Amino acid sequence: MSRIELTLNGKAVSADVEDRTLLVNFLRDAQQLTGTHVGCDTTQCGACTVLVDGRALKSCTLLAVQVSGAKITTIEGMANGEVLHPVQQAFSECHGLQCGYCTPGMVMAVTDLLRRHPKPTDEQILHGLEGNICRCTGYINIVKSVKRASELMAAG
Amino acid sequence: MYEFEYVRPKSVAEAAGFLAANSDARLMSGGMTLLPTMKQRLAQASHLVHVGPLGELKSITREGDALVIGSAATHDQVQGSEVVGAAIPALAKLARGIGDPQVRYMGTIGGSIANNDPAADYPAGVLGLGATVVTHLRQIAADDYFQGLFTTALGEGEIVTAVRFPVPRRAGYVKFAHPATGYAMSGVFVAETGSGVRVAVTGAGNGVFRWAEAEAALAKSMSPKALDGLALDASHFSEDIHATREYRAQLCRVMAARAVNELLG
Ligand SMILES: Cc1cc2nc3c(=O)[nH]c(=O)nc-3n(C[C@H](O)[C@H](O)[C@H](O)COP(=O)(O)OP(=O)(O)OC[C@H]3O[C@@H](n4cnc5c(N)ncnc54)[C@H](O)[C@@H]3O)c2cc1C
Ligand code: FES
Ligand code: FES
Repeated sequence: MSRIELTLNGKAVSADVEDRTLLVNFLRDAQQLTGTHVGCDTTQCGACTVLVDGRALKSCTLLAVQVSGAKITTIEGMANGEVLHPVQQAFSECHGLQCGYCTPGMVMAVTDLLRRHPKPTDEQILHGLEGNICRCTGYINIVKSVKRASELMAAG
Repeated sequence: MYEFEYVRPKSVAEAAGFLAANSDARLMSGGMTLLPTMKQRLAQASHLVHVGPLGELKSITREGDALVIGSAATHDQVQGSEVVGAAIPALAKLARGIGDPQVRYMGTIGGSIANNDPAADYPAGVLGLGATVVTHLRQIAADDYFQGLFTTALGEGEIVTAVRFPVPRRAGYVKFAHPATGYAMSGVFVAETGSGVRVAVTGAGNGVFRWAEAEAALAKSMSPKALDGLALDASHFSEDIHATREYRAQLCRVMAARAVNELLG
């Protein structure tokens, strides 16, 4: 067991975890933040993506102990009360989701993508979302959502 | 995953001492291969010794005619590094093509070459450039380092600390990525170095290998045409549900011609 301390969606959290606990299991089981999904066993789908110190990482392939001290943002930490985060707003407006399973991970990956490329090209969007698989949308509306989010964020 | 203890050493020396004292402990760098394997219970360890965060393993520097990349430099660091971009742009491109952004933030060059997956990208760059693998004990030439399927010259508890790349005159790398995983179905690194032309092939078979006939032909004439009709033994190549041996060999020819075009700029 190890003691970990995190800032989770803006709140200080400390907990004792088994060293083998994956971050995604810590979030879903211990913290009951079930918005972060698990879609595969092979680190390929990206449904589990969260922000660790601002960078989009796959929480199914990180140990909770490994990120002790970090700032973690999950999908639950994106909206400001009733007001959606611009990336969430854009996915809603552009119908960037169907079943919604991949969406929390997409939103987190897109947030990091827009931090790196505030006005991304199509190529940057496609290359930047290679770690997130969606079996429903065919990605077209996801690309639209990313562009819309970029506009919303530029407008402040 | 089976149980283990997580250990965060403060230096390479401390990690080496820990490994020497605990024979079932394993190194973790980015964890992007090790953790998925442990999740599937295909690997097990008493301790994971996490060297990935060590600052001493993360630096990327130009030292005269060599580019030296610390073993814990991530793929993201290498793809974005100005030093790499100026010295060996083909290597920055290789790093940019590995996996996906989340994997590139964590995965490292040291972990990749220690693992030596037969479809990984870095082994082609390291062998194609005739690099030297530096460990906490010694220096190993790439030609001696890679020994086939998931096998390297590393001894028990030996820690890769850096890779030293001689800066080539020109180089190019092109892979045909597996559409689902991004790993190379065939990837070819071509370099024009101070000591001749080198051609390394990954993704094709048992492990990265040099294509001697292509090296000789390109040394005479650096052009994609020089590769036409060259001997390439299809028995080097693996066969699976994705591709036959002959198909992989053909992909290798096409990737080699594209890598030459890239080298020519
Ligand atoms: C979805 C996905 C897609 C991927 N796509 C690609 C791809 O397209 N191309 C590609 O090349 N790779 C790909 N990879 C693999 C990725 O590049 C890994 O990051 C890399 O192979 C392993 O590096 P790591 O730092 O994560 O190593 P780890 O997983 O930490 O370690 C791997 C092995 O190396 C050992 N090790 C680690 N560090 C050292 C060291 N310093 N000295 C000695 N031994 C050490 C470990 O004990 C372990 O056995 C992919 C991985 C994933 C999950
Ligand atoms: S659950 Fe699929 S990548 Fe993490
Ligand atoms: S919306 Fe269903 S998987 Fe993406």
